[in-house]
Amino acid sequence: MNLGGRAWGSRLIMGTGGFRSLEELERALVASGAEMVTVALRRIDANGNGPSPLQVIDRLGLFVLPNTAGCYTAREAVRTAQLAREAFATDWIKLEVIGDDRTLHPDSVELLVAAEKLVADGFTVLPYTSDDPVLARRLEAVGCAAVMPLGSPIGAGRGIDNPHHIRLIVEQAQVPVVLDAGIGTASDAAMAMELGCDAVLIASAISRSDDPATMAQAMKLAVEAGRYAHQAGRIPVRLHAQASTPPAGRPDLDVPRTVSDTV
Amino acid sequence: MTVSVNGERRELPDGATVAEVVTTLTGEERGVAVALNGEVVPRSAWPTTALAEGQSLEVLKAVQGG
Repeated sequence: MNLGGRAWGSRLIMGTGGFRSLEELERALVASGAEMVTVALRRIDANGNGPSPLQVIDRLGLFVLPNTAGCYTAREAVRTAQLAREAFATDWIKLEVIGDDRTLHPDSVELLVAAEKLVADGFTVLPYTSDDPVLARRLEAVGCAAVMPLGSPIGAGRGIDNPHHIRLIVEQAQVPVVLDAGIGTASDAAMAMELGCDAVLIASAISRSDDPATMAQAMKLAVEAGRYAHQAGRIPVRLHAQASTPPAGRPDLDVPRTVSDTV
Repeated sequence: MTVSVNGERRELPDGATVAEVVTTLTGEERGVAVALNGEVVPRSAWPTTALAEGQSLEVLKAVQGG
């Protein structure tokens, strides 16, 4: 997969939120096979916030994708992206501008404004967006390197609420489509890939599962399976059966038994 | 002088720099970023950026999330 001018071997991008420990995070990252990992920026508290996920990510040699999680305005998100560029020496940013506390749905207007500013400032912008096909087109038009529609709200685990919209986004996109948010289990990730998404970004479904490393392995395989299925081209959905065995050559075995048989 | 550091009022000696405040909070540099009154202070400018009365300093680091 080519994303942002780089070739990627894995189509699974990992979030880091929700892991109960850095050890669990590390085991899950290894099992996932992910190459790109997203992290947030927050105030350092008086005791230094303890060990940083960055140490784990750097030790594994993974690519850091900073995000603007928790930003509510374009202005805030642009400044957070600029701080992230300074902190991680990268122009890549997962752009997140939240518009509603209960659903964590993106604020589409602020998102587009921020995306345009950041692209102009030289950033490689990966916007977390609603599943609105028109907005996806607008984000692509202002120069985003990918579009990342939600399947369902962050942490909801419902999978893909509106697969038709994801298909519409995939159908028109000239940049990679990354299904971001809402994945609950492996079949959801496979479905995203079957719909034609180029990659999937997963945090909660792995980090909040009972066994994150095993779930990360499941997601890795699901993403691969879904991708293969998409490439292979699925059969049409039918109301009635379509026989898989030809009727020709069928023997006639429903005949009366002979006298000798009944003795 | 009084400066706000991550939302808390701190008494600092006159002439204190961004670099000096960052050192009191963390030994790390990678993954750390600083904004002074909302504007990014590049790492190279931390030692030479002196703080002034009433300014607001945000010192951020990488955390799990997103």
